[in-house]
Amino acid sequence: MKSAVIVFPGINRERDMARALSLVSGREPEMVWHAATALPAGIDLVVLPGGFSYGDYLRCGAIAARAPIMDAVRAHAGKGALVLGICNGFQILCEAGLLPGVLMRNTRLKFICKEVHLRVERSDTPFTRGYNAGDVVRMPVAHGEGNYIADEATIARLEGEGRVLFRYVAPDGSLDPEFNFNGATHAMAGIVNEGGNVMGLMPHPENHVDPAIGPTDGRGLFAGLMEHGSRAA
Amino acid sequence: MKARVTVTLKPGVLDPQGKAIEGALKSLGIEGVASVRQGKVFDIELAAKDKKTAEAALKNACEKLLANTVIENYRVEVLG
Repeated sequence: MKSAVIVFPGINRERDMARALSLVSGREPEMVWHAATALPAGIDLVVLPGGFSYGDYLRCGAIAARAPIMDAVRAHAGKGALVLGICNGFQILCEAGLLPGVLMRNTRLKFICKEVHLRVERSDTPFTRGYNAGDVVRMPVAHGEGNYIADEATIARLEGEGRVLFRYVAPDGSLDPEFNFNGATHAMAGIVNEGGNVMGLMPHPENHVDPAIGPTDGRGLFAGLMEHGSRAA
Repeated sequence: MKARVTVTLKPGVLDPQGKAIEGALKSLGIEGVASVRQGKVFDIELAAKDKKTAEAALKNACEKLLANTVIENYRVEVLG
C-alpha cells in the first residue's frame, strides 16, 4: 500500500506519522507539500497529520483546507480512495467539507494532552479492521479544539449509519461524561464520511506504535489499513 | 474602499469562550450581563470602486473562507 502524508506549514506530527506508516507497512510514505497540485502516482492512502497548520489562525484547519493540494485530496476521496485525518487533519477535513460538522473549543477551554481510552465501535471498516468491535484501546490526545459538533440531523445520520468508529470512554469501555474530556457530541472521537473512505480522528494512533516508547494500540489502525490495501490490490 | 465583516456564532451553537468571558464579567461585578457570545471582526480594504462589487467580493470571501457557515453567520458592511 502506497501512502502520502500531506505537509502543511505549522504541522508537527508528519514525521511521527511517516514513522508509524513505515513501521507497520515497511514502506516509506511520500511526503507531499501543501502547494503541490497533484498527488504522486499510485497513492492508495492520503494522510493529513496533526499539528497547528497556519498557527490555527482564523479557525483550526480553515486555511489548510483551502491549500492547493486539497483539490487533489478531494478528487482522491471522490474516487472512493482512503483519506485519514488525525487531529488537525480531522479539523482540516471538516473545514474542507470532506467530513460533516466542526471541532469546537474543548468545553473546559483547556488544551488537553494525555492518554485516553477509546472504544472501537465496529471492525468492518478499512480504518478499524485491525481491531474487534468493542475493543478499548489507549491513544494519546493533544488538542484544544476537539469538541465535535454538528446539527441534529447530521448527528442522527452519523449514528444511524454507523459512521462513528471511535468514542471516548472510561477504561472499562463504558460511556461516562467524566471521560468525554472535550465535550464532543455523543463522545465522538472518530467518524467517517458517507462513503466510509474518509476518516477523521482526534487522538494520535501514530504515537502508540512502538513498544520502545509505550503501548502499541495505535498499530491496529495502520495494520488494518494495510490489510485492506493488500486485499483491494 | 473600506469594509467590515462581522462573523458570529449561530444561535444555539455552544460558545465556551463566550461563557468564560460572561463568567469573568460577572465576577468583576459588572451588572446586568445576561449573556456573552464571542465573534470576529475583519476590517478589509478593497480595490473595488463601487459598493455592489465590494459587497459581492466580501460575500464570496465569507462563503469561501472567513466564516464556517456550518456554525457561523456573517454580516458585510461596506463603509465607503
